[in-house]
Amino acid sequence: MIGFLIVGILVLIGVIAVQIGKVTDLAGKIRGEEEVQRRSNDRSAVWMVIFMVVFLVFCVVSAWYYKDAMLGYGPHISASAHGGTLDSLFNVTLLATVPVFILTHILTFWYAYKYRDQPGKKATFFSHSNKLEIIWTGIPAIVMTILVVQGLIAWNDIMFDVDPEEDYIEIEATGSQFLWEIRYPGADNKLGTKNFKLINPANNPLGQDWSDVKNIDDVHVSGEFLLPVNQKVRVRITAKDVLHNFDLPHFRLKMDAIPGLPTYFVFTPTVTTEEYRNNLKDYPEYQVPYDDTEPDGPQRWEMFNYELACAELCGKGHYSMRRVLRIVSEEEYNKWLKEQSSYYMTNIRNTDDDPFKGNLLPIEAEERAKDLGLEVQKAITADDFERSIRLTNLFFDTGSATLKEDSNYELDNIADILSRNVGVNIEISGHTDNTGDSGSNDILSSQRAKNVVSYLVNKGISATRLTDAGYGQNRPLDTNETSEGRQNNRRIEMRITSNNKI
Amino acid sequence: MASIITYDEKKLIKEDGFDDHFHEHHHGDKYQTGFIFKYIFSMDHKIIARQFLITGMIWAIIGAAMSIVFRLQLGFPEESLAWLKPILGRWILLNEETGIGTLDPQFYYALVTMHGTIIVFFVLTAGLSGTFSNLLIPLQVGARDMASPFLNMLSYWFFFLAGAVMMYSLFLNTGPFSGGWTGYPPLSALPQASSGSAGGMTLWLVSLVLFVVSVLLGGINYITTILNLRTKGMSLWKMPLTIWAFFVTAIIGLLSFPVLASGFFLLMFDRGLGTSFYLSDIFIAGQALDYVGGSPILYQHLFWFLGHPEVYIIILPAMGIVSEVLSVHARKPVFGYKAMVYSILAIAFLSFIVWAHHMFMSGVNPFLSNFFVIFTLIIAVPSAVKVFNWITTLWGGQIRLNSAMLFAIGFISLFVSGGLTGIFLGNSAIDIQMHDTYFVVAHFHIVMGVAAMFGMFAGIYHWFPKMFGRFMNETLGKIHFWMTIIGAYAIFWPMHYLGMAGVPRRYYRFDSFEAFEQFTAMNQFITIAAIITFGASILFVVNFFYSMNYGKKQKVRNPYGANTLEWTTPIEAGHGNWEGKIPSVHRWPYDYGKDGNEFIPQYVPLTEEEKLEESH
Repeated sequence: MIGFLIVGILVLIGVIAVQIGKVTDLAGKIRGEEEVQRRSNDRSAVWMVIFMVVFLVFCVVSAWYYKDAMLGYGPHISASAHGGTLDSLFNVTLLATVPVFILTHILTFWYAYKYRDQPGKKATFFSHSNKLEIIWTGIPAIVMTILVVQGLIAWNDIMFDVDPEEDYIEIEATGSQFLWEIRYPGADNKLGTKNFKLINPANNPLGQDWSDVKNIDDVHVSGEFLLPVNQKVRVRITAKDVLHNFDLPHFRLKMDAIPGLPTYFVFTPTVTTEEYRNNLKDYPEYQVPYDDTEPDGPQRWEMFNYELACAELCGKGHYSMRRVLRIVSEEEYNKWLKEQSSYYMTNIRNTDDDPFKGNLLPIEAEERAKDLGLEVQKAITADDFERSIRLTNLFFDTGSATLKEDSNYELDNIADILSRNVGVNIEISGHTDNTGDSGSNDILSSQRAKNVVSYLVNKGISATRLTDAGYGQNRPLDTNETSEGRQNNRRIEMRITSNNKI
Repeated sequence: MASIITYDEKKLIKEDGFDDHFHEHHHGDKYQTGFIFKYIFSMDHKIIARQFLITGMIWAIIGAAMSIVFRLQLGFPEESLAWLKPILGRWILLNEETGIGTLDPQFYYALVTMHGTIIVFFVLTAGLSGTFSNLLIPLQVGARDMASPFLNMLSYWFFFLAGAVMMYSLFLNTGPFSGGWTGYPPLSALPQASSGSAGGMTLWLVSLVLFVVSVLLGGINYITTILNLRTKGMSLWKMPLTIWAFFVTAIIGLLSFPVLASGFFLLMFDRGLGTSFYLSDIFIAGQALDYVGGSPILYQHLFWFLGHPEVYIIILPAMGIVSEVLSVHARKPVFGYKAMVYSILAIAFLSFIVWAHHMFMSGVNPFLSNFFVIFTLIIAVPSAVKVFNWITTLWGGQIRLNSAMLFAIGFISLFVSGGLTGIFLGNSAIDIQMHDTYFVVAHFHIVMGVAAMFGMFAGIYHWFPKMFGRFMNETLGKIHFWMTIIGAYAIFWPMHYLGMAGVPRRYYRFDSFEAFEQFTAMNQFITIAAIITFGASILFVVNFFYSMNYGKKQKVRNPYGANTLEWTTPIEAGHGNWEGKIPSVHRWPYDYGKDGNEFIPQYVPLTEEEKLEESH
């Protein structure tokens, strides 16, 4: 239907055009060409002035109508520390250009009207004036200098990278067709290294190198990502496939994301999402229902969010790379960050991709030391039956009584605890599952316990405080029918035998 | 002191003209025999100019029609486009249940890309510079033809070939290239990233390399002709501003287009030979690619090293045409002729050291941007000089407001409006917010898109009699002008507000973002304005072809009372332009209204008084 309409209109335009053409030719013949030209000249001159007035009014009215979209006016204030500078620079430039715009338009169209060809009028021969040329070379040059100086001061200030010593948060945004992935550095505040060759959509979407311990606590955030207000943030911006652009319009922030060439942008959010919403509350265009089908639902200002977009053409889904950023108070941010779990811990730990598989990570060792200390403290004061503590991090090869090096950490912790609690005496006992011959199991368990004791003695613990025992398969904790149960039965235990301090 | 100069044109040229014994060697006419060599493989610059013009017009209609299709998508995303299915085929996705047809996003991006490529290169470079450089350079400097008519012919046919290849790419199974007219890798290098980067991109590159060949063949011809074939007395400072503009444009083109070509070759190597000039660390479509060590930013440097001079390649010829048209129809000398020439030269020089202002947000070292900000904003100075000189040319004139003049005046308005927004964008700090938003779209469409079109329209209306011996219809011309200037501002002015709100360009739809979706009414308004303005262009095309055959006939050689040499040739000038001697030149081309003479053509010798003045 529209198709026919458009074709029809086009044909009509053509027919009308030819007819108008014929009519004016005819008019020329009737009235005399000169007369026609003179009239048409006058008409065009009047139209020039009308156009000038209407156009300038249109410019002013439309600017007024859309004032809320203008930088530095209306509800869309800058939400970052540097954004205000940029907005004011915009307005200084506006101040310098608007008078030129109005002046040149008035002169151009007014002269076209005033100096139109009229009978008896002659043109003025005025071919050049060095004075005028100097004036309109000099004034623009001065104005441009002022703008350049202001602009460059602002620019260098905004684009300055962080000082490694100062206090800032670094996060990473990675663009790919067609989404943004956001990574937080975790407790160590450092982002781990990446390599595009390691990317695996199933279990390593960013290509993190798991042998870099900085990666262990890195967090991948899905859904909203949060940042604290008034805290300097450095965004490291990268891309996996093609160019993208990290665009946060409310923060006056934009930077290309390039595969193989990380870029950055440093900014300080100054307005929380909540404060921004409260700001919008006063504007009528935000006092309408967010969802037209739910007139009683939340209003637009209540649903406002800072949005992350892509501003560099990246393919057919370019228009849809949206993420929501929420700016919150520092407490809320810290609380939220605690709830996030590290990607490595949830997806990689102890899988085949984990280079630390079977080993304690530094962070885990610390946790274990703390736990062990607590357990011992508890055992010291507990009833007889609960005085046993299982030493989970002592490792032997199957059938061997030699302690593996990985066990040293746990052993050192025990030595440390014993030297701090000088009144405590302990028994180290070895246990096995029921696989193999019962006699040799007794010998193995007893030898393992002895080795533990001798390690502790070497660490300076008095041998009188330590006893050892090998119980073989006689004291199972669990069933021997399953491999899991057998695993639980193979163990070294430590029991507090007496505490002379009490 | 006023003394009216009287002269008899024919007698003067016969006595004073430069005799190159043209009529004695008839062999020059041999290649003009027969329809094919006269109109198709013609070596006559006037025919070649018309070939460039009409080819450019066809491309302009195609390019503009594409913009209408994607504007329909942006203004009325919910409206069914099923009626376009007969033309666009499977690019319209038809919902079987509802029968609603939507534009394939992939094709939306192809349309945007093709619109840019076609308008920038085929319309505003070939169509504008190709047409008027060819038509006016020999006629205005007083030459029989171009220095090498054969290369000139090749220049057109390479352009034609480039167009044919680009046209073919529209019909590929995988679609034409769809990564933006700038063709940034890796998107343009990897077919995995976008189906348009497969065969479509290959053809895009081939087409544009052919186009570069065309520009170089043309450019070297323009430069040689201007430097070597000027008639007796035509010193550089006596050349019309049109010639100055075409001359400098050709030099810029000759220096910058090869850089683009080399950039394209490296991209071809990356695409086909597995080199890594622009590519590194890419994981796409479930696979890590082998490319290591390249930089996508290198391509951007090479591209914009042409890309920025390119906008001056587009706008300088328009400026030259506007200067000439303003002066002729205001019946006044163009104000500050030398200042105009120096500002053309200054703009041309500066155009080579501002390219990275397109890349402030591209990840180049922010320190580097300092220099590009400084040089970019300096360009405002010679541009301002030109604007004020044009306005002063209008002052005190005896202005004939015909269609050509209306478009020339409209050009001033557009150049000011679009130029001033450049001051915002050139300042890198403001560009952080404005980069790749609709503010940029508004800026460059007004300042080099529509303004250059206005220069082209002014030139077509003004020199139509020179090309076809008839005038275009004035009433239609005026309707065309008013519809176009109002329409153009209605389309592009509101886009500034979109840009300030941060709405990014090249979005298929805006409703996925709350911040961008609040301008539905504006987008509808823009689309409707675009359709109406497109209608105005159709009006122009009708007028063009109608007037070519039925327009008012040109009865006198010099209908406007102009000073330049092209108006001394016969109305239907044959090969060689002048029948006998070539007029020799004694004065600059802008003696309008001097000493009570309405105009004094360039071939009129100086009076005793004037000689006295000159020697002072």
